[in-house]
Amino acid sequence: MSDLTPVLRLEDIVKTFPGVRALDGVSLTLMPGEVHALMGENGAGKSTLMKVLGGILKPNEGRILVAETPVVMSSPLEAKAKGIVFIHQELSLAEELSVAENIYLGELPRKRFGLVDWATLETRTNAILEKLKVGFDARTRVGDLSIANQQMVEIARALTVDAKAVIFDEPTASLTDAEKVVLFDVIAGLQEQGVGIIYISHRMEEIFRITDRISVLRDGSYRGTVNTADTDEEAVTQLMIGRKLDLTRNESHHELGDVALEVRGLCCGDLFRDISFEVRRGEVVGFYGLVGAGRTEIAETLFGLRDPSAGTILLDGQETVIHSPTDAISRGISLVPEDRKGQGLILGMNCRDNMTLPQVDDLKAGPFVAEGAEVSIFDQYRDRLDIRTPGWKQLVGNLSGGNQQKIVIGKWLSMRPSVLIVDEPTRGIDVGSKSEIHNLIRELAAQGYAVIVISSEMPEVLHVSDRIVAMYSGRIMRTFTSEEVTEDNLIQAISGITPDKAA
Amino acid sequence: MAEVTKRMDIGGFLARQGILIAFVVFMIGFSIANARFIDPDNIMGVVRSSAIMGVMALGVTFVVISGNLDLSVGSMMSFSTIVVLDLHDKIGPALAIPAMFALTLCLGAFIGFLVGYLKLNSLIVTLGMLSAIHGLTLTWSGGKNMDIADKEGTWFKVFGQGDALGIPVPILLFALLAAVLGIMLAKTPFGRKVYAVGGNATAATFSGIRRARVVFTCYLLSAFCVATAGLIQASRSLGSQNTVGQGLELEVLAAVILGGASLMGGSGTIFKTVIGVLILGFIQNGLLLVGLQFYVQFVVTWVIIILAVWLDIAAKRGKLWSLIA
Amino acid sequence: MQPGTLSTFLKRGAIWGFIVLELIFFSIAGEFLSVSDKAFINVDNMLLLFKQSAPIGIIAMGMTIIMVNGNIDLSVGATYAISAIVMLDAMTWSMFAGLGDGVIPVAWILALLTGVALGALNGLIVWKTGVDAFIVTLGSMLGYRGLVFMYNGEQPTSHLNWTLVDFAEAQWLGLHTATWFLLVVTAAVWFLMNKTVHGRNAYAIGNNRSAAVNAGIRVGPHMVINFMIIGFLAALSAVVFYSESGSVNPNDGELYELWVITAVVLGGTKLTGGAGSIISTFGGVLAIQLLRKGLSHIGADTETVNLVIGLILIAVLFLDRQLNTKGKEELKV
Repeated sequence: MSDLTPVLRLEDIVKTFPGVRALDGVSLTLMPGEVHALMGENGAGKSTLMKVLGGILKPNEGRILVAETPVVMSSPLEAKAKGIVFIHQELSLAEELSVAENIYLGELPRKRFGLVDWATLETRTNAILEKLKVGFDARTRVGDLSIANQQMVEIARALTVDAKAVIFDEPTASLTDAEKVVLFDVIAGLQEQGVGIIYISHRMEEIFRITDRISVLRDGSYRGTVNTADTDEEAVTQLMIGRKLDLTRNESHHELGDVALEVRGLCCGDLFRDISFEVRRGEVVGFYGLVGAGRTEIAETLFGLRDPSAGTILLDGQETVIHSPTDAISRGISLVPEDRKGQGLILGMNCRDNMTLPQVDDLKAGPFVAEGAEVSIFDQYRDRLDIRTPGWKQLVGNLSGGNQQKIVIGKWLSMRPSVLIVDEPTRGIDVGSKSEIHNLIRELAAQGYAVIVISSEMPEVLHVSDRIVAMYSGRIMRTFTSEEVTEDNLIQAISGITPDKAA
Repeated sequence: MAEVTKRMDIGGFLARQGILIAFVVFMIGFSIANARFIDPDNIMGVVRSSAIMGVMALGVTFVVISGNLDLSVGSMMSFSTIVVLDLHDKIGPALAIPAMFALTLCLGAFIGFLVGYLKLNSLIVTLGMLSAIHGLTLTWSGGKNMDIADKEGTWFKVFGQGDALGIPVPILLFALLAAVLGIMLAKTPFGRKVYAVGGNATAATFSGIRRARVVFTCYLLSAFCVATAGLIQASRSLGSQNTVGQGLELEVLAAVILGGASLMGGSGTIFKTVIGVLILGFIQNGLLLVGLQFYVQFVVTWVIIILAVWLDIAAKRGKLWSLIA
Repeated sequence: MQPGTLSTFLKRGAIWGFIVLELIFFSIAGEFLSVSDKAFINVDNMLLLFKQSAPIGIIAMGMTIIMVNGNIDLSVGATYAISAIVMLDAMTWSMFAGLGDGVIPVAWILALLTGVALGALNGLIVWKTGVDAFIVTLGSMLGYRGLVFMYNGEQPTSHLNWTLVDFAEAQWLGLHTATWFLLVVTAAVWFLMNKTVHGRNAYAIGNNRSAAVNAGIRVGPHMVINFMIIGFLAALSAVVFYSESGSVNPNDGELYELWVITAVVLGGTKLTGGAGSIISTFGGVLAIQLLRKGLSHIGADTETVNLVIGLILIAVLFLDRQLNTKGKEELKV
């Protein structure tokens, strides 16, 4: 391979934001015809690196070379013109337009007078769609396609130009197994044409199946490149997190109290079916499964944000109907939601007001908000959760992700709930804050809270849970105690493999 | 670096306090141009003539902070004025006033129901209500102007023409409402919820705030303010056309935006709205005093609104010109 | 049949169904309530309907582009008035005195240029300052109206040119001049939106603006062009209408933005942008005019029209939302 010219080379890229060194001397070489995995934890700098490569961000130092010629890219369009194409994780499609118009967005073939050349457009599009073996044609409206097919449209965009390098950012997140096979075929096809491919993914089995080399980032710096054939999951993980993956299970059980929450036969349309479980005081129950398995939807139903189509919810043995978050809160249920910025916080509001928002009606001095009481609540939880902020007047939008998450947790702890649900508590948070939050969750259970933790990270669930509920496609596959759970049987359960089938 | 930070601070300060600074500059400029401008009688006159629009702007401030719009206030004010004048002669002022308030609040409740509980787009709902309420007013009056029979003898005129403690009653009503609503917005749990709903409706719902109820209440408050404005208008003129409030919704919205409330919701204060109202009033007055026609005011208001909003968002993005390619 | 097809069909066809309902209702109700002996559906009446739809209809086509783009323009009424004044006044300017009737095209062009310039000004402000189009055009709605007054005080501006009046009142193939203008504009804008790159980009920008930006579509100039188009159409609407009437009051065109937006929304254009059809907007325009005529046909006061149109607008919004809700399991936010 060494006799070939690299299609793309990054040299000592440095990118700083005020107060943060997001990329610290990152280098990467992409050879023609190779599939190169880029790995790293959330926040390791992968997306920043890709933005630099795509011309969305300008690096402070370092060079980008396309076919050994230094280039400066100032827009995604320029990157595309130089043969560097992105397949974005979040879809960037116009739903009202046809598949063809989306694929050629911004560069529709023209006839005279600015007219669209529909014939050319359709021929070209159908030729691309043929390669992808999809079941729709150029004229289909994108809004009528499934998410997976929309992803295919996104991929089709890469095939419109003479690409030198194609960057896939988590392309399989919403694909079924069959669709993945098609995608891997597409990638293999590109490979044969000598296109270099950067493949970003968290899924080890894919990485080991299709990539040639793996480069790893950690905390904004380059940790090395290895040949996929010469390494294994454990070694890569160790590169990524700087130590061995901590798959230790939680072993200290607290004394369990009464059943705080019991759910029997809960259903909600197609989202989840026949869900039954219970949570005792002093217990942490982890919900583990793939994205879309219905875990978040269960939490939202318990919190009154969705109406169940069947089933019952019992709180302290009493059958209850929860119509709204207000109902849920008054019955002692708290939810730390999945989407911190969209659902958890009002970014333009200060720290204190965010924290006391659910109880602002109860903190009254006469008709007014008792600001003194608010400040003391804020101070109490700032100290307890070690929230680093210049003061309560700081706007929440100016805090780091970890501190923002602690504000949300503080907000719900200050409600003194009997059942606390935390959905993806450490998403996008640095390693240090992560273990702090894990310890906090264990501590809360010790104090007699009933806690439900929803997480997509196996170490997290293993680490904090007394029991683990494994979900697959809207159903509970199996419930494990922390003694009987193993990595293997957990992965089998969330992939829909029942023990007897596996055996 | 320190120098840059300092410069940016001054820029930020100018942007944040821009509206107050503009206000002061205007006052000084007009005072130099015409000494009568700062005459207490003149100032009182300006505030008094701004009171009707100002009272309406107070209510609209709540609606805008909660993330919605109210374009129906002008036509609703016509409705209140016509109704109270008509009922004045039919059932007497003592009953006419509460009856008019009740009817106006019903309209506000209807809009609040549509926007709050049914979650319909407030721009279109209030645009539709602008037209519908106008129709309602014309139906009520039969399309004719409404006049009170006994214009001299009625105590009803006190709200628009009376004085108390040497201050005109419209100003007192405006000040009183501004104080009460200002405290309500800044200091009560309800006010906090208005900001929360406007700042991020989803997060507010996830925090157990009943968005629908908050939005509904904002429209009720807006209707209450409109009814008060209609009362002042009716009492001042004791007779009215059906179109007395036409176009006021835009002037009101201009005042609120000038005060720095974002149409995206979540920001703004009653105090700043009052400043916005006064600026519009003083510009109008100042231009007249320096001998310009009333319609020059339209053009000046246009320029000021664009500049005010532009500088505000320029300060937020840290760049004067937009990032649109 | 794919899910959602039925509701899409209902939505697309709804405006025409509504027009048919109106025709049936007013025909039947007219038998009992009509103040005139004529039937509601008669040729003259319908021809008149088209002609009277023209001023609002021509502007509504421009508003559809603007709203598909995800913007709004509240200043069209004021632009309409200014253009009218420029046209009527230009015909009296001494420098054109030697032109005879040749002054007509000159006056028209001046009026249309005025509209384009005012639209361009709106567009440039939206582009360069990044201030929301709602606020920008709210401001220029006041500002442009101020310019109207500054032109001629509170006096009406009048000039009757009989050649022009004859032209405006002419009928060709049975249709009035104004109707022809409406039809040609509708066809042209339909063509623009469905057949040209500019039109397809308008949908893309309204649908997913950041995707459009990433694909290299220059959103700023694109929006300026659209504002110029709506300015041009507002001026064209004025040219057509005032060629016949010959006199413009400074308050003319007030609340036109309301009527125009109502027509566009009735036609099913999404407020958030990205979806909307020119043909349906045409339906929306006809539906409103039909309602006005119908209500007066059955002897309802003109004021009832306002009430009914306001409530229908809200009802349409409500129905649209009902058709789009996904069901009970939906997240309640």
